[in-house]
Amino acid sequence: MSDSHTPYHPRWHRQRVSVWWWLGSARYARFVLRELTSVFVALFAFVTLAELRALGQGPEAHARFLEHLSRPAALAVSLVGLAFVVFHTLSWFNLAPRAMALRLRGRRVPAAAIAAANYAAWLLASAAVAFFLLRR
Amino acid sequence: MPRRPITPLLWLLFSAGGTVAAMLYPVHVLLSGVVFPLGWLEPPRYETLRALVAHPLARLYLFVFISLPLFHWAHRFRYTLYDGLQLKHLTTLVAFVCYGTAAAGTALAAYLLWRFPG
Repeated sequence: MSDSHTPYHPRWHRQRVSVWWWLGSARYARFVLRELTSVFVALFAFVTLAELRALGQGPEAHARFLEHLSRPAALAVSLVGLAFVVFHTLSWFNLAPRAMALRLRGRRVPAAAIAAANYAAWLLASAAVAFFLLRR
Repeated sequence: MPRRPITPLLWLLFSAGGTVAAMLYPVHVLLSGVVFPLGWLEPPRYETLRALVAHPLARLYLFVFISLPLFHWAHRFRYTLYDGLQLKHLTTLVAFVCYGTAAAGTALAAYLLWRFPG
């Protein structure tokens, strides 16, 4: 009998992983929450689309849209969404140095410098947006 | 000739979208979702906002603002469904739904921004 294969080969034993695996530890939960930030990102992209459409349809349509956005349920979603979106930013910037290995004059740029540059850009971009949106 | 993998392109979209979302979404959500509805600051008047959006650079900005983060979501959510819900047997369907939604949102944004009055 050849020893390079067996006539009957059963399936390898693999433990079935529960759908709730990620509740097993804080690290896992934080990872899944980080991934779920993308849902709120997509949600807000579609809200922006809705506002764009309303804006093009005239002042009454836009006013109705803004009124929808002021409802308690919408405000609750916005607040939760804000938290998730900020969490995305923080986790993204903290990961950025690992994604990009920058070298300057042969020395590796320290992770803190890359993260700091991202935060500075975030501040500048936010200030610019606020400038445009706060004009009457 | 072997088929070139699409994965690097998808990751690039994910990465660019994630950066756009990281830089720009907090301030927009804060203002449009919380500060303006609660009346803490005065929102722009309709005429001001409309004139602002009509500008070609603003249209370009909004296209990037809407489209790239949608692809960021699509890529990330696809893998969340695989890992989180253990849906690996539905790979094609999941990928189609995720990137398809992002593509649809992109198309809608392009249409609305192209046709925006003014």
